Amino acid sequence: MRADATLDTLGLLCPIPIIKTAKKFKSMQVGQILEVLSDDEGIKVDMPNWCKSTGHEFLGIEEEVEGEYKVYVRKLVES
Amino acid sequence: MTEKIKAIALLSGGLDSTLAVKIISNMGIEVQGINFYTGFCVTEHRRKIRRNKDKNKIIQNEALRAGADLGIKVELIDISEDYYKTVLFEPKYGYGSAMNPCVDCRIYMFQKAKEYMEEVGAQFVFTGEVLGQRPKSQHMRELLLIARESGLEGLLLRPLSAKLLPPTIPEIKGWVDRNKLYDIQGRSRQVQMQLATQFGIEEYPQPSGGCCFLTDQNYARKLRDLITYKGKERIIMDDFILAKVGRHFRLSEDLKVIVGRDEAENKFLANFCKKGDHWFFETLDYKGPLTVTDGEVLPEDIELIAGITAGHSDGKTAKTVRVQYRRNSTEGIVEVRPIIGQELEEFRI
Repeated sequence: MRADATLDTLGLLCPIPIIKTAKKFKSMQVGQILEVLSDDEGIKVDMPNWCKSTGHEFLGIEEEVEGEYKVYVRKLVES
Repeated sequence: MTEKIKAIALLSGGLDSTLAVKIISNMGIEVQGINFYTGFCVTEHRRKIRRNKDKNKIIQNEALRAGADLGIKVELIDISEDYYKTVLFEPKYGYGSAMNPCVDCRIYMFQKAKEYMEEVGAQFVFTGEVLGQRPKSQHMRELLLIARESGLEGLLLRPLSAKLLPPTIPEIKGWVDRNKLYDIQGRSRQVQMQLATQFGIEEYPQPSGGCCFLTDQNYARKLRDLITYKGKERIIMDDFILAKVGRHFRLSEDLKVIVGRDEAENKFLANFCKKGDHWFFETLDYKGPLTVTDGEVLPEDIELIAGITAGHSDGKTAKTVRVQYRRNSTEGIVEVRPIIGQELEEFRI
């Protein structure tokens, strides 16, 4: 999936990847897609919940390398 | 036009804070949740460690889960760095049974909540706190003191116990209907569970007690050791994380070792310490722990650390055990007598 920006949170423990995603979104435009790299499995449930809670769109997760996730989210509202 | 009232909820995702959100939302008030990351949450640590019993489920962040279920925006706020520097070491109102500065912790969080409230243009803050539920911070005196000291006096509402507390500004001004608030007190959760059914709340985590590492005596002992030997000003966030893992043994003023208690901790230590300046010790011929060092290792320490590692392995009753040690490109093997019993206890933190 093509993303407008990538956020590397590999090695960071929960819930820091979500906190960094929220921060990164502040500098992005509505409609843009962010790719978040994470090796925290919890992101598989936390990111959809965070998107549902904040009104952004959760686009999906790819796991090309076992235990390393590429999570795609689209900014839908100003934050 | 009537002004739309907005309120900030301190949301853990537990039953009490979820109920508080329901109560306030049902009055037509716009609610936004915040959740503070202090670095001392037991659930977060469980999730990082991933023991076998947790293998088949992903432990979720309950505040985010609750935000999604309740349909309210939740912001996670990282206060970890500032928190330990300003709250943990010299709490004005002292510690609870371990190193838990509960009153100061609440004051600090409410100060942050007040800043957030002002930033987003909300009118008040509320929580799921229940009078008398927790020993250190939820007695009447403490609830009032915390509101006053945080600068939120009159603007901090506890919907579950509000009828037992003096009316707040949201009640006096009529933003919130005091008649629809509650008079719950104590540790029983009967009323809350009835309310959950009434409000159609199906998912909420069971209270586990001890949800904060700072209330744990073993953890507190490791923190006191850090304060004594490393000094408050030199302690960093990684020290707090390592203190949650393994058995700790102090070998000298400048050196302690951490012995993993099970496979999950060994794995965590191996991963967490791979970037730092740590030595790793493992037994060669017996199943055993991973031991990592924290501090300066002198050549004469190697045998002692290997002995401690062997003393925690399946070869602890053997006469000698071979232990491999390594750091970056340096490695070696040493054959040692396992250190067990009283000899081992003398080093235990």
